[in-house]
Amino acid sequence: MTTILEVRDLGKSFGGVRAVDRLSFAIEEHAILGLIGPNGAGKSTLFNLINGVFTPDSGRVTFRGMDITGATPDVVARHGLARTHQIVQPLEAMTVLDNCTVGACFGRQNLPRARALQAAREAAVFVGLGDRLDSPAAQLTIAGKKRLELARALAAQPLLLLLDEVLAGLNPTEVERMIGVIRRLRERGITILIIEHLMQAIMSLSDRIVVLNHGQKLAEGAPAEVANTPAVIEAYLGDPALAAELVGKRRA
Amino acid sequence: MSDALLSVEALEAGYGEVQVVWGVSFEARRSTLTTIVGANGAGKTTTLKAVVGTLVPWGGRVVFNGEDVTRLPAHAKAARGLALVPEGRQLFTDMTVEENLEMGSYSKRASRSFTVLLERCFALFPRLAERRRQRAGTLSGGEQQMLAIARGLMSDPEVLMVDELSLGLAPVVLHQLFATLRVLKDDGLTIVLVEQNVHLAFALSDHAYVIADGKLFADGSPDALTDMPEIRRAYLGL
Repeated sequence: MTTILEVRDLGKSFGGVRAVDRLSFAIEEHAILGLIGPNGAGKSTLFNLINGVFTPDSGRVTFRGMDITGATPDVVARHGLARTHQIVQPLEAMTVLDNCTVGACFGRQNLPRARALQAAREAAVFVGLGDRLDSPAAQLTIAGKKRLELARALAAQPLLLLLDEVLAGLNPTEVERMIGVIRRLRERGITILIIEHLMQAIMSLSDRIVVLNHGQKLAEGAPAEVANTPAVIEAYLGDPALAAELVGKRRA
Repeated sequence: MSDALLSVEALEAGYGEVQVVWGVSFEARRSTLTTIVGANGAGKTTTLKAVVGTLVPWGGRVVFNGEDVTRLPAHAKAARGLALVPEGRQLFTDMTVEENLEMGSYSKRASRSFTVLLERCFALFPRLAERRRQRAGTLSGGEQQMLAIARGLMSDPEVLMVDELSLGLAPVVLHQLFATLRVLKDDGLTIVLVEQNVHLAFALSDHAYVIADGKLFADGSPDALTDMPEIRRAYLGL
């Protein structure tokens, strides 16, 4: 197996708060790595450090053997690393197709306009927005905007995709569909790093899970292994008795 | 049922020339939890907006506490105890956590019990207490959701409506929140949830409505709805 992304001793502080604290982990090619942790644990900050929105205070980010630490987002995107945003960031006034075209033009390849349009259309159809190509992004529902985030990232033809809560706000049927989309992405050879709070979804999708707490790695391992780690239960999953009582009341 | 605290009758609403909600009716009885489910784009958010008055209803009636409040502006409804935690948080990002909470208790009624309400919110979300002087825009996504819910509770509502309660919340926080909603409900709070975590919401709901294409598709007890095959398939992923 080949490592596609390695993060070593990564650190970032805001004011006095250590958002990411000496964090190290790696992802193998074609894997799906799940990233979970309590609110404010540093998950989104980690994404911002990997794709260059923030410059780390310390540590290194290596992508396909290249040191990309501190590289700007446009450069990182050119290397084949794309992302979605937890709070969706569509270009509101532009159409679905144009949003995706932006992704294609500034992605891994420097596509000429015609081919960029084609990649954009394919990406939009792939996530299920094929019938909304000409709609302004502002008119999409939250679920539609989530799909658009994914399509725009996909149009960049990435080798590694960072997904920040793409399942949040979708109903169980829509979640199933989106999980199918993510699985098909992996079958296409894309490696995926995914942040998600929906336990069933992330546990079934991920090959491995990394748990963050206070910017540090709290646990790492196979999904079942991580879910049974007492520290993870305490910091993230919460009291199993309470969860069982809340969810299981009607089944009892 | 005549003991409804909030009764919405044949509501119609939309944007510009596009009608989204086509005659939706639902009610929330005092001290119960009501859940509205439906696919994205079905009109749930538009329904809530029209009920609280951030969107002017095109037709139908909203009756709250026996009073027809259909045409009242949002601030007047909030002052009467009808609160919405909007989808997408809509925080004052340049204000601190505490200032956002203060804005929530703007009405005369709520500002009287400001200290008690604030303590309750900080007990519910200790993370917000830790970050009370931090600008809301610098919070993580999940922390912003906590703040949006807390701000809604700061208005000391009689009816709390939450659009996408669970968005971005870690399981431990979500479970605590649901446990707290149950306590608030027992204390008399009436809750209306639009929620995609259908399993958790149904477990705590007294009544549920399914909206499809801007119309009411079905309603009943969560158990009854769960037993309907077309609803299981389309909305519950079972």
